Amino acid sequence: MLLGIGVGYLFRKRNLSFISKVITVLIWILLFVLGLEVGSNPQIVSNLGKLGVDAILITVGALLGSITLAALLWKFVNKTKAQ
Amino acid sequence: MRSSLIIVSFFILGSLLGYFGVVPTSFLEGDISFYALGALMFCVGISLGSDPETLKSFKKINPRLLLLPLLTVVGTLVGAAIVGMLLPGRSVVDSMAVGSGLGYYSLSSIFITEFKGAELGTIALLSNISRELLALLLAPLFVKYFGKLAPISAGGATTMDTTLPIIMKFSGKEYMVLSVFHGFVTDLSVPFLVTLFCSI
Repeated sequence: MLLGIGVGYLFRKRNLSFISKVITVLIWILLFVLGLEVGSNPQIVSNLGKLGVDAILITVGALLGSITLAALLWKFVNKTKAQ
Repeated sequence: MRSSLIIVSFFILGSLLGYFGVVPTSFLEGDISFYALGALMFCVGISLGSDPETLKSFKKINPRLLLLPLLTVVGTLVGAAIVGMLLPGRSVVDSMAVGSGLGYYSLSSIFITEFKGAELGTIALLSNISRELLALLLAPLFVKYFGKLAPISAGGATTMDTTLPIIMKFSGKEYMVLSVFHGFVTDLSVPFLVTLFCSI
């Protein structure tokens, strides 16, 4: 990725709009392959419900953690502005 | 939103084909996903490096607010770790690896599948898609109870593209540059964090 940043910087004056299309297609391929792996693995298919619940719980934890800190920063910024 | 739907339908199509055994599993034993992943990282790098204008506009942000991406990452990891402790059958580190996707579901699920297998990869996909969805749907509630920075933090790595319009609507247009900066930094940190928590 760092190599890519370097290459991108060197060629920044060229038209690089095709890169975002390449990225999209690569993401399609990779998620298609992930899908293949999931679908052909009976252990994952039969546990999909539990995996979903675990996924949502991790998301809720992650969201509560990040917005709590965002709320603290919000209070801090507003307090220093008021002084 | 449309592009997210296309991405998810590729995943579902793959699942169905795999489930019904249409595509032979020998297809998976090759290194296709590894090379595609390498190519993907290279392209993501190019697109970041070729846009110096975005980097310049970041200088206008209130220096205190530059802390926001760091707080997002720390808050996410702490929250995910706590859930990991409470969940039976999931380790804290696995949970943190999923959390460190920060809503960037395509990249994080691909990485986690590569390092930890398809089961945790699927959790990463579902978890990070739901993060993006919740960030979109709950933005007005976040502003009301947690302040105008909360929707940006909730959006994680998506705040420079998919959740940007919603953030500008509910937090205000003046938060656009901060939102893009936040998305840029967290986006960049996803591959590093995910790899880190997969290798512990």
